Amino acid sequence: MASEARLTHLQTLEAESIHILREAAAETQRPVMLYSMGKDSNVLLHLAKKAFFPGALPFPLLHVDTTWKFRDMYAMRDKVAAAHEMIVYRNPDAVAKGVNPFDHGSEAHTNAWKTEGLRRALSENGFDAAIGGARRDEEKSRAKERIFSLRSEHQRWDPKTQRPELWSLYNTRKRAGESFRVFPLSNWTELDVWHYIEAEKIEVVPLYFSAERKVVARSGTWLMADDERMRLEKGEKIETRRVRFRTLGCYPLSGAVESEAANVSDIIREIESSRASERQGRLIDADTPSSMEKKKQEGYF
Amino acid sequence: MAREKTLLRLVACGSVDDGKSTLIGRLLHDLGTIPDDQLEALARDSKNVGTRGGELDYALLVDGLMAEREQGITIDVAYRYFATDTCKFIVADAPGHAQYTRNMVTAASNADVAILLIDARKGMLTQTRRHGFVLSLMGVKQVVLAITKMDLIGYERAAYDKIVADFVAIAGGLDLPRLAAIPVSGVSGDNIASRSAATSWYDGPTLIELLEGAEPRDAFRRDQPLRMAVQSVARPNQDFRGFAGRLSAGSVKPGDTVRVLPSGRTANVARIVTADGELKRAVAGQSVTLTLDAEIDCSRGDVIAAADAPCEIADQFQATIIWMSDTPLYPGRRYALKIGAATANATITDIRHGIDIETFEPTPARQIESNGIAVCNVSLDRAIPFDAFEQNRETGGFILIDPETNETAGAGLIHFALRRSQNVHWQALEIDRDAHAAIKGQRPAILWFTGLSGAGKSTIANMVEKKLHAMGRHTVMLDGDNLRHGLNRDLGFTQADRVENIRRVAEVAKLMADAGLIVLVSFISPFRAEREMARKLAHEGEFFEIFIDAPLAVAEARDVKGLYKKARAGELKNFTGIDSPYEPPEKPEIRIDAAAMSPADAAEKIVAVISAAPR
Repeated sequence: MASEARLTHLQTLEAESIHILREAAAETQRPVMLYSMGKDSNVLLHLAKKAFFPGALPFPLLHVDTTWKFRDMYAMRDKVAAAHEMIVYRNPDAVAKGVNPFDHGSEAHTNAWKTEGLRRALSENGFDAAIGGARRDEEKSRAKERIFSLRSEHQRWDPKTQRPELWSLYNTRKRAGESFRVFPLSNWTELDVWHYIEAEKIEVVPLYFSAERKVVARSGTWLMADDERMRLEKGEKIETRRVRFRTLGCYPLSGAVESEAANVSDIIREIESSRASERQGRLIDADTPSSMEKKKQEGYF
Repeated sequence: MAREKTLLRLVACGSVDDGKSTLIGRLLHDLGTIPDDQLEALARDSKNVGTRGGELDYALLVDGLMAEREQGITIDVAYRYFATDTCKFIVADAPGHAQYTRNMVTAASNADVAILLIDARKGMLTQTRRHGFVLSLMGVKQVVLAITKMDLIGYERAAYDKIVADFVAIAGGLDLPRLAAIPVSGVSGDNIASRSAATSWYDGPTLIELLEGAEPRDAFRRDQPLRMAVQSVARPNQDFRGFAGRLSAGSVKPGDTVRVLPSGRTANVARIVTADGELKRAVAGQSVTLTLDAEIDCSRGDVIAAADAPCEIADQFQATIIWMSDTPLYPGRRYALKIGAATANATITDIRHGIDIETFEPTPARQIESNGIAVCNVSLDRAIPFDAFEQNRETGGFILIDPETNETAGAGLIHFALRRSQNVHWQALEIDRDAHAAIKGQRPAILWFTGLSGAGKSTIANMVEKKLHAMGRHTVMLDGDNLRHGLNRDLGFTQADRVENIRRVAEVAKLMADAGLIVLVSFISPFRAEREMARKLAHEGEFFEIFIDAPLAVAEARDVKGLYKKARAGELKNFTGIDSPYEPPEKPEIRIDAAAMSPADAAEKIVAVISAAPR
């Protein structure tokens, strides 16, 4: 991404993200980078490698597992874990109760594995900064999120106590028990991410690319029957469709869209012409009005 | 859309109900960045909580948090994104409430360009003056004055012209060098993405075109001297030591001489390391890792700057402070000050005056309340490198952190150092021989007078020194006899002691030349080898061998000190010229024929030669 001319927006975004990553590593005692196998995670990991080149990453990766991710995602995770120190955390309570989206519902499932799982993973390991790939353009309540976002002892987010961020100065002071969520991709949009993946040839999970997949129609979207645990409701039947995913999570909760976009440039073209928002495929956002804001206050990433 | 865009940071500021959220919502809508599901939510929300009787309420697209949706106001800075073919915009949406000056300052801090909204029906408000002032204060030089709700005044040109003239009148007292004005309507979209037929009298660019024409800050700063705050030192292995940071100004190439501040030490850039390979050049805005050709101290918080145009260094300066905490700022309290990657302890020693952000006039102030602005003297527990904020907001802008609550209590803009002497602090920490010489305004030299005892060395050297002194030069005399009374009193006149005598004198002469002095050495120094040794210790071009050439007969005839007599009588052993040899210089810089030339003429000749010596 080096050039003599005026910096492009991707170069500027990259330089800003690298600056943030270096600040996070320098100013916190025990940082960790969240890794979810999604495209934003892979971009973030790519940026972190650049930020600390020629050295290794100065923090481990953390995958908060739900046991319900797509198989392709686990394959990607294992590949990344072979190259970097990675902690895989599964909330022991959720493991014991066998929490799953079918019996417990999407809200309880997400809460137990992701929200509570992340909270426990961070406090049990004593991490004081969790670096994540969330972007401000994803959802309305994230538009006001800080780059260094302070979380209380109970890892709650209070919009009223967030600190103003001027210039490139981040106030990283905190009391014992408090922690930060750090968002180096704050100023990136979905399109920026895809343009960067294209320019930097970053590997992403193949589920983003259109292919014939075994899916079932539910709640106005396509769910993929990724393994034998998938439960069909009455009247549902598995069919084969050319679909792809705009975002990835637990497979019973991630809706696919019908698409012919089979590579990165197809996807960019599709996003530029499409107007459907990225998070629409995430069933959890539609649970209750302003549900993301509530989840954030509770500690969801 | 093109992949190569310029990134521009935009701050939108306006007063309550001037249609700011609507205008931003409109920008997002017209540039096709609002997805369908959000449009559906918008249509639904417009019916339920909209303020437009069920029509699309674009403001709902940007008023995000539950609390503010209920209150119908924007309570914090929100960031929005839209892109045109040539530019990606990051919009910092700053609220218009008077009590939220801090948010506006925050939103403006990174802006390349501002949109300042004025409701066409209301014209200039007190808040408009505040917004103009904050933009000027925060160094946002490119401002688009958007006169909104033109549809509600029937697109009347006279009203528009009056508002623009009113603003230009106050803008005279502000630093807003690149100002443009445009009539718009957020609700109907006039002049936003395309020119409106309703304002045929306006023949300027559209709002989008005006914004696209702005320059990013980094481009402005590229021509300034290099500045890079060191974020961390990369030491992945024994062989690599690099300094990681993002250039905030200037550019850098391998081979460039840089100065590490505050230590002031210099080195040359060896390599510009990135994961994409080594760069031939890095410019303002890029994050890189620099390696240097010398092992010098450099750690997080230091600034790597152009060697010939470094930052200032001070522990006291004057700054404008914008207060953000609900607890007022009182002089004497301690805060943590963060600037670049450095943190220091700071105390506000004096509030010079407050600033009324409506009249821009100074006001008396003993404390600063939340959202207040004041000019203060700030004192630190250590010296830090900085530039005036006016020149570089990355190296001139700081935040103050309350050490008890950890909140970001205020922001500051450095104007100038209060203790001017501290500006050369970086020299004080590593004053090299050039610095010593520079402060004396002269070039150091060693004038090495050699010749037989009684040849007139000391006489001539004294006269040379007087002449140099009269010229304002700083000199010191090392006289053979005098040194033997102190430094060299343990030495006799054996061959070995004579060599050691000269070695010590040569070393002392070198130290004094390093201190920037013109050193006059008056020593018989009979042996060529020792004089050569002294010459080698000296810097190139600074050693002048001055041979006071007097025949033995002439010197012996003078015999000022009666030494020849004693030597001839055998009372003095190893006396040069009698029972110890004198090896005359083969190529002295200056030869004085002591038999033919008076000491005064000799002195004049010597001063002339060394004054004319090439640098």
